[in-house]
Amino acid sequence: MVDHTVKAFDADIGQLRGLISQMGGLAEDAIAQAILALQRPDPVLARKVDADDKAIDAIEREVERLAVRIIALRAPMAVDLREVVAAMKIASVVERIGDYAKNIARRVPMIEGAEGGGHRIEPISILPSMAAMASGMVRQALDAFAARDPDAAVRVVESDKALDDFYDSIFRTLVTYMVENPRTISQVAHLLFVAKNLERIGDHATNVAEMVYFAASGSQMADHHRGGTLSQSAEEQR
Amino acid sequence: MTFPPKIQARDVSVFYGDTRAIDHVSIDVAQDNVVAFIGPSGCGKSTFLRTLNRMNDTVASARVDGQILLDGEDIYAPDMDVVQLRARVGMVFQKPNPFPKSIYENVAYGPRIHGLAAARADLDEMVERSLRRAGLWDEVKDRLDDSGTALSGGQQQRLCIARAIAVDPEVILMDEPCSALDPIATAKIEELIHELKGRYAIVIVTHNMQQAARVSQQTAFFHLGQLVEFAPTSDIFTNPREERTRDYITGRYG
Repeated sequence: MVDHTVKAFDADIGQLRGLISQMGGLAEDAIAQAILALQRPDPVLARKVDADDKAIDAIEREVERLAVRIIALRAPMAVDLREVVAAMKIASVVERIGDYAKNIARRVPMIEGAEGGGHRIEPISILPSMAAMASGMVRQALDAFAARDPDAAVRVVESDKALDDFYDSIFRTLVTYMVENPRTISQVAHLLFVAKNLERIGDHATNVAEMVYFAASGSQMADHHRGGTLSQSAEEQR
Repeated sequence: MTFPPKIQARDVSVFYGDTRAIDHVSIDVAQDNVVAFIGPSGCGKSTFLRTLNRMNDTVASARVDGQILLDGEDIYAPDMDVVQLRARVGMVFQKPNPFPKSIYENVAYGPRIHGLAAARADLDEMVERSLRRAGLWDEVKDRLDDSGTALSGGQQQRLCIARAIAVDPEVILMDEPCSALDPIATAKIEELIHELKGRYAIVIVTHNMQQAARVSQQTAFFHLGQLVEFAPTSDIFTNPREERTRDYITGRYG
């Protein structure tokens, strides 16, 4: 796209986009670190993930402030307007993604503190690949925003089905494990929430992708792409 | 919206001497709509506006090709009475241009020369009604004999609108009616446009894109004499189809 005649407008938009990708990077890290803290286990790292979430919140406020300023001072139109509105909404979704990572980190001491130690629960070893899939969706959604690529956004939405299936399978595995090992129920219940959080992160990445699609193309994503996001989780079906 | 279009322009080109100022433009103006013309300086939007009531006739070198129909009637037909046409298609200009006469006479002039008022009482009523519709009555009712040129710029512009609507036109053309006004006077004109909408078809040329966005239901973007895009205003400003429209309204125009 051609530059704006008023150069400061490009600088503002550039700064807004920079904040979004910075925020996305922090959220991806938070997911990876929270799962690492769970897997090792490492309560110190878990506390750090919890504390670092404040940085994500701060960027969200910064995005909001800058977006309002751009709307007030630059009166953005068309693709610029869509992008500013999308950035504001994406920031609040990424903030939620950060909260899910924080929530996972906070469960680490509850899983580990219990008798027997959570790291002996075998199904824990499946969670890192689910986390990698969820955080991959977050990264791809934000890459699509950076590239203003509606097709990449569609691919993110389509990939959510695989994450939902992953969640369903982990759900069954964890329930089976609880039945066979009743003494671990309270710990495995926490793991269920961890899996659920990862599944929700995928849903939020999907929301981001839908906003990216709108910002880049000017129209809403077709329903057949979005259909996958509406699949009920196994937990809700029961 | 079941009405046929008030104005239908078909394949209109305008030449100044050998220079083509408007290049094969076709557009419909609905009876109950405000249509905004936007585009960079020299794009032809004002030239095109002026073809709609044959104001270009006054420019010796100007030539108009194509067809412009008002209620299906060709306004460039040889038997068209241009004075009558301009009563049906009124115009408001960039700079307020009241006659150097009283406020009353400014408004009464049109009805009088068109023989619309039989008695003084009729004329009084027309003047009051027009000033009310133009949102000026309360400000001037006690000084109708004062000179129109003694009013503020915003009031003068509303006086010109009152003068245009006094002859009961069907269409009002506005050529940057707010460019010489402050924001408050501008807001009053915009509010007035909202109130006049439905009663008259309105076509407004404006350089202020926010104004086009605020007052119109449809927007036409002109560039280099061509009509690039004509669409509902909300579409033009959120999701224009044409790259040239997008670059212009987002401030990327070369």
